[in-house]
Amino acid sequence: VGHLFCFREAGLTNGTPVETSSPASTSSLLNRLQLDDDLEADIRDPYAEAAETRDLFVTVDDPKKHVSTMETYITYRVSTKTSRVEFDLPEYCVRRRYQDFDWLRIKLEDSQPTHLIPPLPEKFVMKGVVDRFSEDFVETRMKALDKFLKRVADHPVLSFNPHLNTFLTTKDLNKRQGLALLSKVGESVKHVAGGYKLRARPAEFGAMGEYLDTFNQKLGTIDRIAQRILKEQSEYLTELREYGTVYSSWAGSEDELRRPLEGVGGCVTTCCGALEDLGDGMSQDILPVLREYVLYIESMKSVLRKRDQSQAEYEGRLEAAVLRKQEDRTPMPLEVEKCQDKVECFNADLKADWERWQSNKRHDFKQLLTGMADKNINHYEKCQAAWESLITLLQDKQTEDKTSETN
Amino acid sequence: MAEDGRDESLATDDESDHTALSLRFLPMLCGVTAQMLEEGSTLLRRMEICVAEAEKRNGKNTVNMQETFTVYLVETRPMDAVAEGRNQAPDSLWRRYSEFELLRNYLLVTYPYIVVPPLPEKRAEFVWHKLSADNMDPDFVERRRVGLENFLLRVASHPVLSNDKILHHFLIEEHGWKEVVYETGFQAKADSRLRALSATFRVRNPDKRFMEMKHYSDELQSHTSQLLRARARVADRLYGVYKVHGNYGRVFSEWSAMEKEMGDGLQSAGHHMDAYAASIDDILEEEEHYADQLKEYLFYAEALRAVCRKHELTQFEFEMASQELVSKKQQHEELSTGIVRTFSFKGMTNKLFGQEAPEQREARLKLLEDLIAEGEEDVQEKTVECGEHVERAWVDMHRFKEQKDKDLREALINYAVMQISMCKKGIQMWSNAKECFLKM
Repeated sequence: VGHLFCFREAGLTNGTPVETSSPASTSSLLNRLQLDDDLEADIRDPYAEAAETRDLFVTVDDPKKHVSTMETYITYRVSTKTSRVEFDLPEYCVRRRYQDFDWLRIKLEDSQPTHLIPPLPEKFVMKGVVDRFSEDFVETRMKALDKFLKRVADHPVLSFNPHLNTFLTTKDLNKRQGLALLSKVGESVKHVAGGYKLRARPAEFGAMGEYLDTFNQKLGTIDRIAQRILKEQSEYLTELREYGTVYSSWAGSEDELRRPLEGVGGCVTTCCGALEDLGDGMSQDILPVLREYVLYIESMKSVLRKRDQSQAEYEGRLEAAVLRKQEDRTPMPLEVEKCQDKVECFNADLKADWERWQSNKRHDFKQLLTGMADKNINHYEKCQAAWESLITLLQDKQTEDKTSETN
Repeated sequence: MAEDGRDESLATDDESDHTALSLRFLPMLCGVTAQMLEEGSTLLRRMEICVAEAEKRNGKNTVNMQETFTVYLVETRPMDAVAEGRNQAPDSLWRRYSEFELLRNYLLVTYPYIVVPPLPEKRAEFVWHKLSADNMDPDFVERRRVGLENFLLRVASHPVLSNDKILHHFLIEEHGWKEVVYETGFQAKADSRLRALSATFRVRNPDKRFMEMKHYSDELQSHTSQLLRARARVADRLYGVYKVHGNYGRVFSEWSAMEKEMGDGLQSAGHHMDAYAASIDDILEEEEHYADQLKEYLFYAEALRAVCRKHELTQFEFEMASQELVSKKQQHEELSTGIVRTFSFKGMTNKLFGQEAPEQREARLKLLEDLIAEGEEDVQEKTVECGEHVERAWVDMHRFKEQKDKDLREALINYAVMQISMCKKGIQMWSNAKECFLKM
């Protein structure tokens, strides 16, 4: 069997495409846990259907810094609530660091090569450029890790992977990791070996590849636009601050006009604050998600490549077998049949995952763009409120003056 | 009252002119309209004035070279005709910017105790990158037209300036006006720059209030110009922010082409992003009105300073005349009593070489007495001149201060209103986009 962990062999499904709802194994559930979780579930959204039938809930939070003689690193609390029988207890709470997540991902990739594994946030950060321990960085990374784990936990196949179980339950992951590291090397070598040339890629997978390339391009463009906007806004903010101070300093040389001028200066300052918040929101919530999708695309493309490879291998072996069969009438070797199975498995898994990915993508971008719109609306609302209260203030003073004049 | 030709270009549609007039009042003039009705019997109560149009002309300039310049149509109409609703065609004539300048220079010299309203700027300054710095640019010409009208309205509603004959001529007599102005000889009355500068440094006891006012005029000028510069930079940056959002429009549109369910939502959202990017043009154009209001007071600061400096000059001349008189009186005393109080060469030479003959002495005493009499008249004149200037100027500076406080306060409120409008537009655009995103 080797590294191949086709779900067919595990007896979960019969190889037909899997829908977004949980597979047959959920029928063995006793209860469904109701948990109000952090996912913003849109009730009309098919994405939410999965949420309602969920029986495995995971959360990543509570970052803590650990300082030892060798190194300094951050750990996160990983909490699990589940009713699945594969877990001994209904609740778990462990602490994990980034390299643990990395380990999990590698194990998943190796053990489920036909599936799309969600991406992790960037592993390496330039020590001089980014502060790995700054609140913003840790917060952003934590959100991405949380997302990763939730996506895995929501996946009908990946969520039953024993490595995930280990990750969520074992107190001390390090021992396990040691062993895992060795086997990892061996497995990846097996992937590279092959070297078969693909003849005819089915149209649908070709289309997927093209879509991913174009989408990647678009994401890149959007990322650049967002960054450009951030830059322009930052420069605008600098000028705006200066502008506000001019009003305040003018106010100093006036008497009647002092209050209006100070008022305007104050409003400008408020707008500066609102603009700063907008910029922070964009860099913390919007840009990281865009980048994560680029990684997601990379993952997906790598899975497509593996699929191509396995198809190529099958085609190659088949061709060789057919030739031999023609020569000496031996039956179709088991090897070839296994390859065929493998390819069919792969194709089915991939198609299912693709649909899921598309659905997730739609949901994620809907959320992302709506969030972006909300941030902008919020920014304008803050500014509008400031200016409106100034007008009220000034007009009250005006009526005050008028009545004192007539008196 | 207009003797000269009415151009074909004269507006025939009077009604639209009338409404156009009141509409033109609003953006620029904040307090002027109300002020017109409140002031005494200013010119504006009797006559409706506006600068209706601008046109390009070609002609020869003072050094006989061809040039292109702009002329502005000044229209006037008696107020009672307007009130009675008579559809009377306005009288009109064309004036160049240089003629407005001449009028203003005349007013500056003739009424040195008045804070004379300023003209709109000669050349475009404080421009941000999209605005043209070209004097022939139609937007610049239009804003200048509004500025010239504002100038006329301010002058015509001023309790002192509105009675000036030269002003009346300017509004009504197209030809020969320049000659009449020169004939007043106002140019000869103008103070030399050197004299004025010298007075500023050497005056001993200027009125404290005027010194404070002069200091204030410096502050006003400094702050308004700083504000105008900062605002231009802010406008530039804001323009950039909005325009970059237009790129979202393009990429959403491209992206929508490859999506199934998400396509429609993305496409419509893209259109809203385009609209958002385009909205900045109108927003910033409206803000130019605010900038123009600030500019008016930037230039007003200079006019205020001019009144203060005139005080310094009159005070200095009074001081000089007094000093001169004192010195002459002293000389007389020394000559008549023989007691030398102060050192003088004459005194020294007298001591060294003997005194002069009695006839000479008498002659000199007589001369001095004449000079003293002249000097006393001079001092008297200067005292009156200085005193009158202080009195009248103080009144007008007070009037100016009230006008400035009112106008700028309204300008600031209008600015806040503009900002609110901009926020509302932004909220609208993003809400529209959000709705599209929700449909994705």
